[in-house]
Amino acid sequence: MLKIAWRNIWRNPVRSGVVIMALVVGMYAGVFSTTFMNGWMLQRLKAGVETETSHIQIHKPGFEMAEDVKSFFTGESEMVKRIENTSGILSVSSRIVVSSMVASAETALGGMVIGVDSEKDTTVVNVNGQLVKGTWLQGIKRNPVVIGQKLADKLKLKLRSKIIIRFQDFNGDFTGGAFRVAGIYKTRNTNFDGSHLFVNKADLRRLCGIPENTSHEIIIRCSDPNAVDQVRSELALLVGDNKVETWREISPELGYLTETMNMYMYIFVVIILLALGFGIVNTMLMVVMERVHELGMLMALGMKKKRVFIMIMAETIMLSGLGGFIGILLGVITTNITAKSGIDLSMWDEGLSEMGFASIIYPKYDFEIVATVSILVILTGILAAVYPSLKALKLNPSQALQSE
Amino acid sequence: MSIIKIEDLHKIYNQEQIPVRAINGINLTFKAGEFTALVAPSGAGKTTFLNLLGGLDSPTSGSIEIGGQRMDLLSSSQRTNFRLHNIGFVFQAYNLIPVLTAAENVEFIMELQGVDKKIRKARSKELLAAVGIEDKSDVRPNKMSGGQQQRVAVARALASNPKFILADEPTANLDSKSTENLLDIMLMMNEKENVTFIFATHDERVVKKARRVITFEDGKVIKDEVKD
Repeated sequence: MLKIAWRNIWRNPVRSGVVIMALVVGMYAGVFSTTFMNGWMLQRLKAGVETETSHIQIHKPGFEMAEDVKSFFTGESEMVKRIENTSGILSVSSRIVVSSMVASAETALGGMVIGVDSEKDTTVVNVNGQLVKGTWLQGIKRNPVVIGQKLADKLKLKLRSKIIIRFQDFNGDFTGGAFRVAGIYKTRNTNFDGSHLFVNKADLRRLCGIPENTSHEIIIRCSDPNAVDQVRSELALLVGDNKVETWREISPELGYLTETMNMYMYIFVVIILLALGFGIVNTMLMVVMERVHELGMLMALGMKKKRVFIMIMAETIMLSGLGGFIGILLGVITTNITAKSGIDLSMWDEGLSEMGFASIIYPKYDFEIVATVSILVILTGILAAVYPSLKALKLNPSQALQSE
Repeated sequence: MSIIKIEDLHKIYNQEQIPVRAINGINLTFKAGEFTALVAPSGAGKTTFLNLLGGLDSPTSGSIEIGGQRMDLLSSSQRTNFRLHNIGFVFQAYNLIPVLTAAENVEFIMELQGVDKKIRKARSKELLAAVGIEDKSDVRPNKMSGGQQQRVAVARALASNPKFILADEPTANLDSKSTENLLDIMLMMNEKENVTFIFATHDERVVKKARRVITFEDGKVIKDEVKD
């Protein structure tokens, strides 16, 4: 039976070839675009977490975007030690964070000034690894600052340029200080580059007037990125009333990114399969109509209608399975090749950076996605087979034998 | 002893509009080992009669009893199963399965019957040798002549060890030499395996070889002649 079904597919190689090609192209596009988007979103996610948010942040309740300079916690060094001794923690760093106005000789802009421990901070996030000019808070004797490329462009700043940073101090008075540009960084997110400045924590503490052994923010890197939620629960017990948030809570859009994109991709694949499914139904209906006489003969010889039904089902499933399999295989092969070499979209670099996306994409194969697409192909084959098979089932052998 | 008993058989098509009486009260019996030709002009009801006899269609009234089994009382699925184990078919247009080789076509019926693969292969080889085309066993129908295809069809019809074979104009598409060869093979199988052959034909060459000739007209038997 399966042998007949398989050989029947090749009775009209051109027609079957067209259907198979359509499935190959459809599935190839489905799988590759899915792995492409998956890789792209994961890159964004990784960059977002490793550069911008870290895995976990701790703040005092009321600290919202550094609006209140008094929202700091005391006993910072003890808290950091306790956190460092918790299992699953790779590194910890504390920060002072204030909203400020940044002015150059040309113009002034708003920005978030982050006072960091220049060594410890680099063990948690990697802004220092994305310097395009200068050094990470070194080479300037007094008040060095590292700024993003976008901010540097807007303020027309170069290395060693002087800027004035103004903000509210501990007493609510306006204060500020002159800083010199020690380094310029460029991450994949130009919005981040345009609004975040890094200075030494000691310099910022001095200007703000907030006490020693206090900080606004503790950032934490976990040893296992998948164990973030578990570590968060443990930390919540450790830090009293302070707020412990994972990167998903700090930047929910990062968390939704891959899930939303996966959903879009499944919708895309389902639409492709629907279109292909109608094509398969049409082809198999033609097959049944062309073979009415032959199907009548098979029934006359003693082939039960159930077997005729199964034969047409098998033909359809084999046809769609073959095309789907080749398409998926090609999609996986292309993914593996481009996962190493990357796909260069740098001609759209500016627009992509505005949204925080990389311009060289490394597609990432995900077994779950490929398995789901494969199951969808098989389901499409089965569903597309039902109607033509039912048509065959309704044939009357004596009438079918009389047809030409 | 008769293996087929037909009583007051009627088949009326299009009953609700303009009724066409294709079979109009036929009473016949067939004995095991008969070699019978049903002769009639086109449209006289030969094919309808074979379809009813083969269980491909149901009669409007009357009964068909084959080996003690009332065909008209069986469901469509039961008739299919009955055909598989009791009736062989040879068609005018050969009707081999185009994607299978000669041997596979012969084996196909036995596969449907659930016969073991080894037995299938041996029986198919034996039957193809009996009809004289063992050298074509691995050839597909489109690479064979009409005569060769019809011989495969005869081998296929015999493969299921049927009680009888219904042949609808089996020689209509064959030349004289192929017709002679085919009829000789059928006669030989009829004698060797005691299979009943019932032909619907208007080919004089078949009529000459037949031992019994039944003439149809307007869905009725008008002559039933047994030769000496």
